[in-house]
Amino acid sequence: MDELDRAMINHLQGGFPLCERPFQEVAAQLGIGEDELIVRLGKLLDEKVLTRFGPMYQIERMGGAFSLAAMRVPEEDFERAAAIVNALPAVAHNYRREHAFNMWFVLATETPQGIHETIASIEAETGYPVCNMPKEREYFVGLRFAA
Amino acid sequence: MSQKLALDSISRRIVQATQAGLPLSPRPYNAIAEQLGIAPEEVIRRLRAMLEHGIIRRIGAVPNHYALGYRANGMTVWDVMNDHVDELGAKVGALDFVSHCYRRPRRLPGWRYNLFAMVHAHDRAEVEAQAAQIAALLGGHCRAHTILYSSQILKKTGLRI
Repeated sequence: MDELDRAMINHLQGGFPLCERPFQEVAAQLGIGEDELIVRLGKLLDEKVLTRFGPMYQIERMGGAFSLAAMRVPEEDFERAAAIVNALPAVAHNYRREHAFNMWFVLATETPQGIHETIASIEAETGYPVCNMPKEREYFVGLRFAA
Repeated sequence: MSQKLALDSISRRIVQATQAGLPLSPRPYNAIAEQLGIAPEEVIRRLRAMLEHGIIRRIGAVPNHYALGYRANGMTVWDVMNDHVDELGAKVGALDFVSHCYRRPRRLPGWRYNLFAMVHAHDRAEVEAQAAQIAALLGGHCRAHTILYSSQILKKTGLRI
């Protein structure tokens, strides 16, 4: 990753233009060519420096729901449980964390009852209780990753 | 914040066509329009409306924080007195090293923490220094806290409808 990649990452964390040639517009702001921006962006995605590039949707605003849930999974069974959880499309993210609650995942479903159905299916398939912690208030969600 | 809009079938198809990412081509919205059989202006108009209504939070890049050197990612969790959590949660969310800050329900007896703040740093000492700043801000209104470090990303695909 070079200085230009860093500048691109810092510049592209929000506000991508809605116009016919958005890459051209951003490239001009960065002082590079449209092709170079597209090629470098593809490379950052391939190298997994970026996990995604596009619109970030808030499913709650479409009538759906997000929730954070956690499980305590014995170490010897962790891989099996992770495979079950990860296989569900409703699971957007899943992290292993160093705690008795060692598996933490974010669910995103098109309806609020989808959260409960997904949790019931995870509990049935893994055999472990799921602790559901939907957000009650959002104080801040932002992007402050300086590359 | 409680406003909810049901999507019509065209917007829903735009969500499905873009949730994994925008096409990396000079005219990405034209590419989506072609795929869906609608006009490019319609794609842009609908994406703009979704941004205005908060259905889209932003359009841009999602960095892998590990790859950017933020190797210590701590979910700091706090047991804050109910009467003060909203006022203090707003202050914690305003700290520049906090990327997400939420109030969530306690699940007693196993889980006592009601305030969650994600912090990202280059190492654990930096995370601990950040947690100390949060602790100072919460003062006597916080009864207990802990930090849960992530040790592995098991899945990170984002939304799929």
